[in-house]
Amino acid sequence: MSILVIAEHDNRELKPVTLNVIQAASEIAQQLEKDVVIDLLIAGADCQAVAEQAAEIAGISKVLVADNPVYQHQLAENTSLLITALSDKYSHILAAATTTGKNVLPCVAALLDVVQLSDVMAVESANTFKRPIYAGNAIATVQSDEHKHVLTVRGTAFDGVAAQGNSAVIETVSFAEDSGLTRHVSDQVAESDRPELTSSRVVISGGRGMANGENFQLLDQVANKLGAAVGASRAAVDAGFVPNDMQVGQTGKIVAPELYIAVGISGAIQHLAGMKDSKVIVAINKDQEAPIFSIADYGLVADLFEALPELEQKL
Amino acid sequence: MKVLVGVKRVIDYNVKVRIKADRSDVDLTNTKMAINPFCEIAVEEAVRLKEQGIASEIVVVSIGPKACQEQIRTAMAMGADQGIHIETEAKLNPLNVAKLLKAVVDEQKPDLVLLGKQSIDGDNNQTGQMLAALSNMPQATYASEISLQQERLQVTREIDGGLQTLSLSLPALVTTDLRLNEPRFASLPNIMKAKRKPLTVVTPDELGVSLSNKVQVLEVSAPEERQGGALVGSVDELVSKLRDEAKVIG
Repeated sequence: MSILVIAEHDNRELKPVTLNVIQAASEIAQQLEKDVVIDLLIAGADCQAVAEQAAEIAGISKVLVADNPVYQHQLAENTSLLITALSDKYSHILAAATTTGKNVLPCVAALLDVVQLSDVMAVESANTFKRPIYAGNAIATVQSDEHKHVLTVRGTAFDGVAAQGNSAVIETVSFAEDSGLTRHVSDQVAESDRPELTSSRVVISGGRGMANGENFQLLDQVANKLGAAVGASRAAVDAGFVPNDMQVGQTGKIVAPELYIAVGISGAIQHLAGMKDSKVIVAINKDQEAPIFSIADYGLVADLFEALPELEQKL
Repeated sequence: MKVLVGVKRVIDYNVKVRIKADRSDVDLTNTKMAINPFCEIAVEEAVRLKEQGIASEIVVVSIGPKACQEQIRTAMAMGADQGIHIETEAKLNPLNVAKLLKAVVDEQKPDLVLLGKQSIDGDNNQTGQMLAALSNMPQATYASEISLQQERLQVTREIDGGLQTLSLSLPALVTTDLRLNEPRFASLPNIMKAKRKPLTVVTPDELGVSLSNKVQVLEVSAPEERQGGALVGSVDELVSKLRDEAKVIG
């Protein structure tokens, strides 16, 4: 039995979180017999470039490519049928705990009549894993006796494997079934030159203290200096300052950069759950009592409208 | 259109979680419980669809011990018409829940099933997708906007890169995200009225669903505490510490 990893991609390029999931897969493989291999599935349309990129990833045995219009938007209905059809030779099926992975993998688990494990953050053995519950306020160690293990993986909990150095076999998968239930209407995807929140080395986020959306420019300027991604707290998103895809927190994106700078964020549990695994945390807030200071490595009690321009200037 | 809404009884989101001394689970004794926030959004959306004349009937279902009827009554006070309580003391996983809900779907034949995207206790984010797959319904998870357009459901979803809009044939399954709506508070007269609304109690056996559970929780522990709390006096000091001490900037 082998391990199947579902690649995260947008038909043009492979998303870096795939490398983290492959690391989780290789930790599982180490716990199994010697001849276990890891295959990577790319389901998309006109996605050959992704396949070629994927073939270079360290530790991959085969890249399976299902290149068909029915997989263009990776709709859960069609992709889950594909993964289920390929599942026979795999003991473990893994995907990133992104909105794509979380959308499709439970369907696969249900079709295979097994429980799925969500947001796996550590591999204890081939069937025992750690995962966060209660917004990360508790960590459960769970053991599954299912005949197949279907897991979504928290990317930030694993280092990424090397993106280059391999030349895996690329194999075409012809299976293509359209459920006909769902039609894709449109995508409104934010275009940005900045690094992606979940894979950026530095993240700077603003909260309700930013007061309005225009003021996020102050964060942009610091982000430009640091090559950082810009995030936001749920309070800032709910107040309409910035779009939802910038939200860091339990119900938004989980990030764990080397440096996280929280600006005008009080530090609700919800937000902390999304960033507390960052290596170094900086908090800038004028309220000295804000809970964010209790977890920050470096807290600066200051008016952000003065501190941010000064920070930008001194970086 | 008939709408089926699932509600889960969970720890109130304002309550801090305690872990049992033997690390077997979290401690929920004498803890304030409430409707899972995402489920509450699902109930609100169903009620709004009814107010718009799109939904004709709202059935609310909850699974768990007898106390779940409190959450069913809350949903009824918000505007649901009738309740189904699947009574069980068993510890349930999302696949169990999806199978129980499928049995209700088969019987009730709703045009739309609305569920929360995840519950704030298990944080699994699976049940809706599993139910859609088991019932062969189209799914739209993480919904931030729902409308009916020419006999199809148009749903805008919050995805990592932004928003995605899908068009689903009916019957369909939708899971709610935070920005779909802001749930109302039930008024006192509506709370009183809810007490007289019909509530049916069934068991998993009566629904023909067996509850196997092949996933065991070995241990529940507290996450590693961060050692924070150090303050710097100025932007200058911050920059020099990040550069020389933490070495995270160049």
